[in-house]
Amino acid sequence: MEFLDFTLITELDRRQFLSRTLAAAGATWATASWPAVLAAAEHAHKAAASPDSQKLEFLTAAEAKEVEAIASRIIPSDGTPGAREAGVVYFIDRALVTFSAEDQKTYREGIPEIQKRLQGLFPSASVFSAATHEQQEAVLESLDEAGSKNPPRRPRANFLPGSATQFFETVRAHTLAGFLIDPESDRRGNRGGVGWTVIGREPGHSFQSPFSNIDKGYAGWQPASSAKESVKND
Amino acid sequence: MTSATSKLMSKPAGPDQPKYKTSEVVDFVIVGSGAAGGILAKELSTNGFSVVVLEQGPYIHESEFSHDEIKILQEDFLTNHPKLQPNTFRKTPKDKAKQQRAVLYGRAVGGTSNHFTANFWRFHEIDFVERSKIGVVPGSTLVDWPITYADLEPYYTKVEWDVGVSGLAGASPFDPPRSKPYPMPPLPVKANGIIFERAARKLGWNPFPAPMAILSQPRAGRSACVNCGFCLGFGCEVKAKSSSLASVIPLAEKSGKCEIRPNSYVHKIEMDERGRATGALYFDEKKTVHLQKAKAVIVSANGAETPRLLLLSASSKYPEGLANSSGQVGKNLMFNTAAVSVGVFDEPTNDYKGFAVSRILHDFYELDAQKVGFYGGGGLDARFDMTPIGFAFGGLPPGSPRWGKDFKALLAHNFTRSFEIFGHGTSLPVEDNSFSIDPDVKDAWGLPALRLTYKDHPDDIKLAHWLADRSSELLDAAGAKQHWTFPIDEQQFGVHLLGTCRMGKDPKTSVINADHQTHDVKNLFLCDGGSFVTSGRGQPTMTIMALAFRAADRIRDLAKRGELNA
Repeated sequence: MEFLDFTLITELDRRQFLSRTLAAAGATWATASWPAVLAAAEHAHKAAASPDSQKLEFLTAAEAKEVEAIASRIIPSDGTPGAREAGVVYFIDRALVTFSAEDQKTYREGIPEIQKRLQGLFPSASVFSAATHEQQEAVLESLDEAGSKNPPRRPRANFLPGSATQFFETVRAHTLAGFLIDPESDRRGNRGGVGWTVIGREPGHSFQSPFSNIDKGYAGWQPASSAKESVKND
Repeated sequence: MTSATSKLMSKPAGPDQPKYKTSEVVDFVIVGSGAAGGILAKELSTNGFSVVVLEQGPYIHESEFSHDEIKILQEDFLTNHPKLQPNTFRKTPKDKAKQQRAVLYGRAVGGTSNHFTANFWRFHEIDFVERSKIGVVPGSTLVDWPITYADLEPYYTKVEWDVGVSGLAGASPFDPPRSKPYPMPPLPVKANGIIFERAARKLGWNPFPAPMAILSQPRAGRSACVNCGFCLGFGCEVKAKSSSLASVIPLAEKSGKCEIRPNSYVHKIEMDERGRATGALYFDEKKTVHLQKAKAVIVSANGAETPRLLLLSASSKYPEGLANSSGQVGKNLMFNTAAVSVGVFDEPTNDYKGFAVSRILHDFYELDAQKVGFYGGGGLDARFDMTPIGFAFGGLPPGSPRWGKDFKALLAHNFTRSFEIFGHGTSLPVEDNSFSIDPDVKDAWGLPALRLTYKDHPDDIKLAHWLADRSSELLDAAGAKQHWTFPIDEQQFGVHLLGTCRMGKDPKTSVINADHQTHDVKNLFLCDGGSFVTSGRGQPTMTIMALAFRAADRIRDLAKRGELNA
């Protein structure tokens, strides 16, 4: 596939790519399996179509350096890949011209604010990205007002905070999303699927039972041998 | 190209799909293409009636579905958009509503059936006659259905066979009678299902394979589930999930009598001088208004948008809204009670693979109010429905670090070792709990926004805590290393939108009759979650679909007898 220039691929090309892939699969065609073939082909294609671009669309190079330093404290590189290796800063940069365009101001004003906060705490420090990890963590702790006091909420739609939310909360939300987004999406995050590797999620979008050692030896559902007549009403 | 390939590449409007003129008086215009609208469209069009389905959302095909959590969960690719269609919320009618998201529903061809969990329990006999059995519940408008389980049984079977449900008949000692087994065996068991089953049996409960509207075997040109793990909230790329989009809409299109018209946002039902519906006014993609004429109108826009449309259709002749002589339109809303607990285990369960649920239990379906001290009942299931980003936001135990090395380590450990026990239960109907139209806030089309008024009946909150206690017992018996329950608060956001145009014999206390015909307008029918009289135990779509199959039979018979003609 290397000879194809995926950057030129349009929606129409994508469909032609799929139809070619499907035609190639024709020899072993089975009606029952065509959607699975489609899914596999599509995902393989999407993966190939996301080159690891270094281009920035909103952040300046200097801003990107600070954002990456913050993201790297949120999900550090500590023996396993962190936000840096997952390309979270590129995810954030694209977020700021797409689904989180309303947060542009939060970043543009938040980055200088964090420098002030750093200098307030450590007068000899220069910029956040050049500070020690301990200094960086102290700055973020001072910004993390929510802390761990609030009980977790069941995740549902619209989990990212609105634009009024503090800079730290916004970067935190973007970092989590950029680390764990489907690497085959066009969001520029979770490069190489490293975020999924860290949390133990195998790559791929199709799995077969058994899924774990626990269900490997399961004998199949049997009615309870001593099934009681009724245990209604506790 | 094989025939399957050419089918795959077909355009949104298939070659068989007719294009009706708006001025042409079609037999039926159906508002909404979801769980109910899709079935009504298929049934009526294959019976030879001309049908136009007006769907407010776009026509999104399986090839455009995605596992991008930002696109699906943040950008509302498949769902109602809070910026285009803002909602407001207040606890009681005395309060001033403030703007916040109040509902989540599918806004695309296929509706909410595109993204559901696919738990497909039937209602039990008790759900239809509960008021007679237990008597008056203070603070609730609880009444019996005008139909019984026996009336609906053939249609539950039809859903299982025609739409596609996997399960094991006879596995639950609490199951209501059925006329046929399931058409497919249950989906494979998940580790959480095994852990749930063993622990539940230790406690003397009766776990059984979950009936799921997901294909365990290839069927009707659709694939069996490939266990991708992006299920709740997401559309199914391989058509294994039994949405309207995957199951009945292709059959409606194939009939040659049904046009699915996406991006068509209905805002008024047009009436004539004699009090009969003449069609539906809608905005097209460019916000141009059209009137699609029809002999009869069926509204299946969901339990929020159906009452909103009736209220938006108010006129000098119907100042309180259409089909609202009872004053009940939008009222008696029920969200279902939910209590969700999470357990963490030593061994990886890898429950991110596959669909959400493989084992459930119904031992608590009918609780004895005298014993427990409140009305209600419910079921428990074991599930993992948190996708990676969602898990990072909400899946870790209370008090966990939110960033840094320890946060990362917890994520890495817990993602493959956590699952939820989900308690689903009844909501009591309360008259003030309602959808209405907001006096101030407007949507992107200039229409009054949907306003939610909701405060759970106190018994619903007691039930949620009671179910959470059972989940905790189960997680203890299962040997969970750690477990907790998400906060149980009064609800101010709903996905199960039930009871807002309920059916009944008495035109003073209900909106539609047992044929789904509005008491006030003979050629106007409503069929969706709003038609419910009671909430069941938390899994409404199976019953929405069964009602739609039954409604289609009733409406067909009325039409054939000429009772819908002017």
